[in-house]
Formats: sequence, C-alpha cells, structure tokens
Amino acid sequence: MNLRTIFIVFLKELRETLRDRRSIIAMFVVPTVVIPAVTFGFALTSVKLVKKARQEIPTVMVLGGEDSPRIRAVLEKQKTFRVLPPGDDFAEQISQKKLRAALEIPPHFDAALDRGERVAVTIYSHDGEMRSSFAVEAVERVLRSHRDNIVRQRLAEHGLAPEALRPFDTKRENVAPPEKVGGNVFGGFIPYLFIILCFTGAMYPAIDLTAGEKERGTLETLLCSPAARSELVIGKFLVVLCASLATVSAALVSMGGSALIAGASWMHLTASAHGGTFPTVSVPGMIGVLVLVLPLAMFFSALLMTIALLAKSHKEAQTYVSPLMILAVLPAAAAVLPGVELTNTLALVPILNIALVSKELVAGSFPVVPLLLIFVSTCVYAAGALALAVRMFHRENVLFRT
Amino acid sequence: MIDARGLTKIFRDKKRGEFRAVDDVSFHVSPGQIYGLLGANGAGKTTTLRLLATLLTPTEGEATVAGFDLRRESERVRGQVGFLATSTALYGRLTARELITYFGRLHRMPDELIATRIEQLANELEMHEFLDRRIDKFSTGMKQKTSIARTLIHDPSVMIFDEPTLGLDVMAARTIVRFIRDCRARGKTVLYSTHVMSEVEKLCDTVGIVHQGRLLDQGSLAELRARHGEQDMEEIFVRIVTAAEAHA
Repeated sequence: MNLRTIFIVFLKELRETLRDRRSIIAMFVVPTVVIPAVTFGFALTSVKLVKKARQEIPTVMVLGGEDSPRIRAVLEKQKTFRVLPPGDDFAEQISQKKLRAALEIPPHFDAALDRGERVAVTIYSHDGEMRSSFAVEAVERVLRSHRDNIVRQRLAEHGLAPEALRPFDTKRENVAPPEKVGGNVFGGFIPYLFIILCFTGAMYPAIDLTAGEKERGTLETLLCSPAARSELVIGKFLVVLCASLATVSAALVSMGGSALIAGASWMHLTASAHGGTFPTVSVPGMIGVLVLVLPLAMFFSALLMTIALLAKSHKEAQTYVSPLMILAVLPAAAAVLPGVELTNTLALVPILNIALVSKELVAGSFPVVPLLLIFVSTCVYAAGALALAVRMFHRENVLFRT
Repeated sequence: MIDARGLTKIFRDKKRGEFRAVDDVSFHVSPGQIYGLLGANGAGKTTTLRLLATLLTPTEGEATVAGFDLRRESERVRGQVGFLATSTALYGRLTARELITYFGRLHRMPDELIATRIEQLANELEMHEFLDRRIDKFSTGMKQKTSIARTLIHDPSVMIFDEPTLGLDVMAARTIVRFIRDCRARGKTVLYSTHVMSEVEKLCDTVGIVHQGRLLDQGSLAELRARHGEQDMEEIFVRIVTAAEAHA
C-alpha cells in the first residue's frame, strides 16, 4: 500500500467535497446554524407562548353556590380569572377551548363549613391543555387562600397560632459541583447529539464518494488508474472521516459559544437576583468524549461507505442508509433511560457504550476499565468495518452493478 | 502489445444462473496496429475490454498487456493502458487541469512532468481556453478532449477504446476517430470496440467478430472479405453471426 497514493486520493476527494454545496451544508451549516437556530428558536417560541398564555385572564364558569355568599364573594372579588355565569354546556365549552375551566360548588357550602363538615368542590378542566391548567392553578390558589383563612380563624377560636400546624419549614440546597449538575442535565443530551452529528456528517460524503461516483460514471475512470483499490478506499474513507469529525467539531464550537452566552446571561441574572448554580460540564470529560468520538466516526464512516457502495445511485444509497440512522440513534437514546447504567458487558455494545460513558465523562468521573474496553472495542469495530469496505471495493458485482 | 489467450469471464447471477460473457477469446494486437472488436450490444465486447484493462478478473485464460501479466501485474498493466469509454466520465467539480494532474499523480508521475505533459496535450488538443474551468460547465466536445488528455497523460503504450463514439455528434465523433488514428501513427497498440460497421472499415487493421461472448472470426478486412466472398462489412458480419446461430 502506497501512502503517497492514499494522500493524493484524499486531497482530490477533499477538494471535491469542499466544492460541493450539499456537503458544506451538512458539515458546517447544519451544526453551526440550523441546530442552534432550531434549538434556540424552539426554546424562545415556547417561552413566548407560555408567557402569552400566562398573561391571559382565564374564564371560569361557577356552577352552584347561590346559597353560599361567602365563597361567591371570594370568587367575585379575585382578579386572576373571570367568572362566568353557569350554563349546561360547560363540558362542551371546555372541550372546545371556549371556556378554560368550571368550578362546581356543592349546595349549602358555607353552612357546611360553619358546621365544621368536610365538603369538596369540583374543578372541571381540559387535561393536557396548557391554558386550562393555568386556569385550574388560579382557581386552586384562590380556594387555598380561602381555606387557609378559615383554618386561621378556627385556630384563633381555639387560641392557637397558625404555626401550630406548621412547626418547621424545609429548604433545599444543592451541594453537587456544577459539572456534576451539568453531567445530569446534559449527560444524555451531549453524546446523543454528537452521535447523530457524527453519523449525519459522514452520511452525505460516504454516499457521494461511492454510489455517487457510480451514478456519475467516474468510478470506472478511477479504477482504470494504477492505484490499488485498498488505496482508493482508504483515501476516500479519510475524507468521510474528516467530514464526520468536522461536523462534530463545528457543533462543539457552536454549542460552546451558546453555553458561554447562556452562562453570561445566567451570571447577569443571578447577580441581581437569588443566586444559584449554573450547570457546567467537565472540560477533561468533554475531551474524553471527543477522543471516543474518533473511533466512532471511523466506524460510521467505514460502515456507511460499505453500505452506500452497494447502491448504484445516490437515491438508492439514501434508501439503504436512512434506516441505519434509526439504528444509530436508538442505542444513544437508550442510554438516557433511567436504570441503564454502564457495565463491562454494555461497554462492548457499539454506540450505546459511548453514550453511556459520555454521561459519566461530562459529569467528571472517569471509569478506567470500561473506558479502555469501549475505546478498544470501538477501534476493533471500526477496523472491521473498514476491512469490509476494502473487501466490497474488490467485488466486481458491487462495483459494476447496473 | 496485447496477447489474449483463452480469456473467459463467467458471471454468476441468481436470476440467470451461470452466464459466459466472454468465452475462450484469443487474439493478438501489435504496436502500431488497430484491432477492432465488432459485435452487437451484449456480445461481450465491453467485458473483454474491461478484462484487459484489469477492471475485471478473468475466470479462465491468460493475457499479457504491454508485456505485463494481467493477473499477477494488474497495477503495472493499468500503468501502461489508456482506457476510454463512454462510461468513463469525468469529475465535474474539478477543472480540466486538476483532473489531468490527479490522474498523472495516480500514475506516480512527478508534478513537473505532469505540467509539461499538460502543456503539450493542451496544445495538441486546443484545450487552453477551458483548461482551468470546471468540467461540469463543459460542452460534450470539451469533455471529450479532457477525457483524451486524461488517457494520454502517462503516455501509455496500449490504448483501449470501448465504443468511444457512442452517443456523440458527428464533430465529436470525428475528433475521436482522428485521435485513434494518431495513436496508431505514434506506434501505440490500439484495441477498439464498436458496433458501427463504417468505423471498422475506416479504422481497423484487424477485425474480430464477437457474438455471445465468442470470437467467431478474425483477420484483416481483406482476409475477411476474401474468406466470406463479400465486400460489405455489414454483410460479412451478418453472415458470420447467422451461421454461428444456425450451428448452435
């Protein structure tokens, strides 16, 4: 095998890839612009929608209570929701989102309270509907306040202070370092994103340099050269690997930038307010994740090239490769499930092993034995996939499939 | 020089079973000679040429190309062959100069020699105007010239053409025909496949008639005419193929 030939093939394929608009979009635009825009855009829109929903004064229909002037007065006096007169079709109105909630007061409610009897009011709502749940919260707040007033009165009648019912308070304080907090917050998300980007970054060039070449008729031209097929595969593989790593690096830079901005905003907010811990991630841990991404990117690149080479066109290759995306994402998603913890056996399961150990790494812990097992096993899988790609490049029925 | 002895290529297919695309084909082409493989579509011409260009491996038989063994020295064979076919397309995202340089480097030529050869080829083929433009913007004629320069960059001693004029307009086809003649004039060994009878009559020193993978007859145009008592190449071809089918 001639290293100079591999380098010549690599340089030419890299030049072509960098001149392809679709590759540039997949490698740089998606991780640096599209993903942050979609993530931040989604978060901003959600915040705005919730804020708008909270600003709305909900409508609440009060059913009954004509014989209970005290509770009626409380409900009429409050300003957090608008009381509507009773109607028979309240359930229909709530379902159709014309009414946010309804409150049913049982007969003789005030009198029953005076007698010290326990009574219940019913709140009708639309489960899963945000504005309805805000209306329920508002009604409950008013009713809770009314109940607390009654309790205070009863305690006073018996010469007791309100503290008699609340002898002590509880308060919570975080003692975990910020990277441990960050590990739990981002531990599942970061490797998940890296695994997807590692895959998508390799996907387009892998198809373009194999099935794409077949479709354009340039593969036969290339095979006429004296370069050995293994040299051609390795040269192409290195470009696919670079594309995958470039996508992950672009995402890392973009995420790092976003984290810095978010961190600065947090510091600004907490300096004037209550304080708190901004979740961070362990920097050595992140470096560890990146080291593990390398053999994973090699594995994906070789595997994608092997599969795409079976196709005779770009479109056909996409049909073969797209289901693989689900296979790559599923283990990454499984790592986020509660109870799925890193063991020496799971350290041998490709993709899942990296997702699991990444959770530990970003939280700042370095389990040495599983780490070694994961690195070595992923390297072995990558080497196996590359050997398979080279083998496929020697198969005439694959290269000259028409 | 090309020397093929009993070349056979069997494809195994789940639907068709065993299929002999090339069956016991033997012929010899000397330097400064054009050998034309004449046959209908699917006769086995492309497979024969791909075997000799080492793109495919023969199932049986032997061959030497430019003195190198097809099986044991495939990389050296490719180093001596210029292969041009309608299926050998160009990289659209490269310029003509980048593409020719790339293939020169794959032939392990030093960059200075590649630059000199490109100048020489650009002069001969009148390519200066578009040498540094991207190929995906080229006309068919420009692409043809770039393909020719690509096959000649390493100055191969053997040229293999697989239906090189297929789908080309008259002017582009004439450029190719002139180029093939030039190759012969420079003493290169030329192997050429076509199903166009008029091209065979214009170009070939020796003709081999291929049908269903077998080489049915071969010889110079004069020999074939004398042997089959016909002047018209098309009539000769039909007579040979019909006789073979009747015999089968």
